Amino acid sequence: MANIFALITGLIFGFGLALSGMTHPEKVLGFLDVAGQWDTSLLFVLCGAVGVTVVSFRFITKLKAPVFAPIFRLPESNAIDKPLLIGSALFGTGWGISGYCPGPAVALLASPNWELWVFLPAMLLGYVLHWYLFKPQAQKSAAAAPENTKAEPPTCG
Amino acid sequence: MALSNIANALLGGVLIGGAATLFFWLTGRIAGISGVIASLLFFKERLWPALFLSGIVAGAAIFYALGGSAPVPRGSFPLWLLAFSGVLVGFGTALARGCTSGHGVCGLGRLSLRSLVATLTFLSVGLLATFVVRHIFGVV
Repeated sequence: MANIFALITGLIFGFGLALSGMTHPEKVLGFLDVAGQWDTSLLFVLCGAVGVTVVSFRFITKLKAPVFAPIFRLPESNAIDKPLLIGSALFGTGWGISGYCPGPAVALLASPNWELWVFLPAMLLGYVLHWYLFKPQAQKSAAAAPENTKAEPPTCG
Repeated sequence: MALSNIANALLGGVLIGGAATLFFWLTGRIAGISGVIASLLFFKERLWPALFLSGIVAGAAIFYALGGSAPVPRGSFPLWLLAFSGVLVGFGTALARGCTSGHGVCGLGRLSLRSLVATLTFLSVGLLATFVVRHIFGVV
């Protein structure tokens, strides 16, 4: 059942991304380009999205369990550490260069052009690089953790 | 700037936030795209990430089928720069464990300080990167 809702919520998410203008990398760059003709419209995407989650998540986190799963899977770390800062800076650099972030890169499979066929494989390569560089650590911590957490992905992003 | 741009941005944002809300309420998971991609690539539970990502593609496809505008590729954007930015986005979001959706939409919604710091970092570095690429190197 949860799987069906994964599909449905993904569908709403993808429609929202496309409607909002986030799947236009040039529009994203227009938003990030404060020194050019600054296009502020994408500020409203963030406001709209966070405006909803900041209210709804307050109520949801008070529930004992989600509807179709035994527990909520929240990120374990609250640390503001080097990986967070360096990772976010690297992501910001890539985002600011091309105007693509992961969600729109996936959504654009609905209307791919040559840019996506360069960006998307490169992005996946980035995930693979990270996995092989940091996998030993992940396995170590997974081995130390209870068994059922072993196959658990990083719960964020 | 056209008013319809703002209306679409706001409505699109509300749909994104609404989808993240439903996903969290129903499945107990954070709708962070980079995390979902990592799940699909590296972890055993592949069905729900595959369905969620397929849903995203289908949702965008519906929008384009209804006449919504799809992006047109830039004529002169250097290929190597596009590839370089792709690796940075993949590696960076994996390292920070979150992107615009995970830290931005969901993390800020949870009032997470960690996500606020991440969001401010990628936004400010993004502004700087765009400035350097567009105004110093003149790439558009």
